[in-house]
Amino acid sequence: MSNGRFGVHGGQYIPETLMNAVIELEEAYNKFKDDPQFKAELKDLLDNYANRPSLLYYAERMTKDLGGAKIYLKREDLNHTGAHKINNALGQALLAKKMGKTRLIAETGAGQHGVATATVAALLNMECHVYMGVEDMERQALNVYRMRLMGTEVHGVSSGTGTLKDAVSECMREWTNRIEDTHYLLGSCMGPHPFPEIVRDFQSVIGNEIIDQCMEAEGRYPDYVLACVGGGSNAIGTFYPFIEHEDTKLIGCEAAGRGIDTFETAATINTGSLGIFHGMKSYFCQDEFGQIAPVYSISAGLDYPGIGPEHAWLHDIGRAQYVPVTDEEAVCAFEYLSRTEGIIPAIESAHAVAHAMKIAPTLSKDQIMVITLSGRGDKDCVAMARYRGEDINE
Amino acid sequence: MSNPRIAAAFAKGKAFIPFVTCGDPTLETTKEIVHALSDAGASIIELGIPFSDPTAEGPVIQGANLRALSGGVDTDKIFAMAKELSAEIDTPLVFMTYGNVVYHYGIERFAKNAADAGICGLILPDVPYEEKEEFAPILASEGIDLISMVAPTSEDRIAMIAAEAQGFIYLVSSLGVTGTRSEITTDLGSIIEKIREVTDTPVAIGFGISNPEQAGKMAGLADGAIVGSAIVRIVEEHGEKAAPEVGAFAKSLVEAVRKA
Repeated sequence: MSNGRFGVHGGQYIPETLMNAVIELEEAYNKFKDDPQFKAELKDLLDNYANRPSLLYYAERMTKDLGGAKIYLKREDLNHTGAHKINNALGQALLAKKMGKTRLIAETGAGQHGVATATVAALLNMECHVYMGVEDMERQALNVYRMRLMGTEVHGVSSGTGTLKDAVSECMREWTNRIEDTHYLLGSCMGPHPFPEIVRDFQSVIGNEIIDQCMEAEGRYPDYVLACVGGGSNAIGTFYPFIEHEDTKLIGCEAAGRGIDTFETAATINTGSLGIFHGMKSYFCQDEFGQIAPVYSISAGLDYPGIGPEHAWLHDIGRAQYVPVTDEEAVCAFEYLSRTEGIIPAIESAHAVAHAMKIAPTLSKDQIMVITLSGRGDKDCVAMARYRGEDINE
Repeated sequence: MSNPRIAAAFAKGKAFIPFVTCGDPTLETTKEIVHALSDAGASIIELGIPFSDPTAEGPVIQGANLRALSGGVDTDKIFAMAKELSAEIDTPLVFMTYGNVVYHYGIERFAKNAADAGICGLILPDVPYEEKEEFAPILASEGIDLISMVAPTSEDRIAMIAAEAQGFIYLVSSLGVTGTRSEITTDLGSIIEKIREVTDTPVAIGFGISNPEQAGKMAGLADGAIVGSAIVRIVEEHGEKAAPEVGAFAKSLVEAVRKA
């Protein structure tokens, strides 16, 4: 077995052309991850540019309304660029710069990772190209504009389903074309080793802060932590520091689309099976001959047929639970949190809020629940209005 | 132990190895094309099992994969076709597909059915040296070679890969994905030299070869030339009537390769 395994999952299933590039990346990461100067530079960027630490906010009205567990929101939506994606983008771009790379490429689904990458590229004066499915470019036109505004070239990907998986495929193709000066800034805890590990480490700031902040507010660890899962980067960043702390239950919320009993779903753990794709072994939505299934979710950021290998392993060993949440439930949660707390969540994050709404009332009042709000929902307002039959102009 | 039929194909001289995507646009057409390639003098024929998301392919072969899958082809139907072909022609057949097509089918089951269909080798562009142990021994137990790939970026990895290579070594001519290129600028001679230091396994160059001149030049440098996208483009253009066109093109390539 190759490097980078989480149980049977992970590995490096990529063309030979890219092997030396991922080996070089692994060596550079191992060299810099514990380097005091690298850590200090990254911390400075996170604190003074990205606005960390993000708040752990006690959602009092939501808690009272649901009548069960005490609910806290981890406010990644308050980061610069409006989502958790900036944590990883800053870390990887800084690493790429140390490696002497001058050019970044990235895939994006909802556009949040693309925007984060475009942002750090502008900040660190690097050339940037983002690949985005044409379907998603239409769903997330505002983010396309934001990326272009910051000097990034956005390339529409029309192959396949024109969504996130096709953007990842196109990035992998593009990387084989130009490796010498280019870093592929992968946005989720997926792909070939060492990406799942690198993305997890850069996102673990979320979980580490939750622990500190919960200790300060409550004097103890939370009983439940929830996060939405597509590829799974905000979830792994939330979960990872808790893995050893087994009293805290970890719940990943997958996009069920129109339901896990339909073909219009993106719930990988709940409907997928073991496979090899995009450089990793993990669970994927696929047919009996291993053809990757066209998946569907109202959320462009969760509309992906696979899941990061570490999540697949956490599922296998029963350490984390992965639950399906439908479009309708997520939209209701999007509206509920806006109305109840005055916080408009990203439709991705609304999947985690929706599951919290289901289970919080069943828990006692002395239980503590933390929901990672991975991003803010401004980008989704037009689509949510349309979902409710209202046409608004941007 | 390498597959004797692959070794024999290279023993006859410089090899011309064409590629075709199975089921593009129909399996019947693929069969006709394979016959035309065999008649034209192909040394080995690569049969592509389509995959929904072929990350190592350029637009031409991506399109072929899509057309084949939307036409309803699947792995079992391709095994059945390959078995018929093996009974009809002597040219060794190898499969080219992606790791998941084999893995999800079951590596043992795939190897057994492929061997039963007379398949001699398997090319998996997303299974590099580090991951081959999961596949190669099972395939070898059915007499099927897992073909190793060497890329322009392999550098210090060349000796390690070449030392364990079976059948032939697929030398990727250029950076990037499959597809025709106006020129190939990689220093392939020095890569082949490094391969020769550790093994006698034949080397065939692929990616970007689109005309007889390039094919001749590449076969001159190595033991053979692989042509994919240029053939698939003819299939795209002529559809179900592609076989004679592919056959004529293949003849010009065979001539160029033999002269090399």
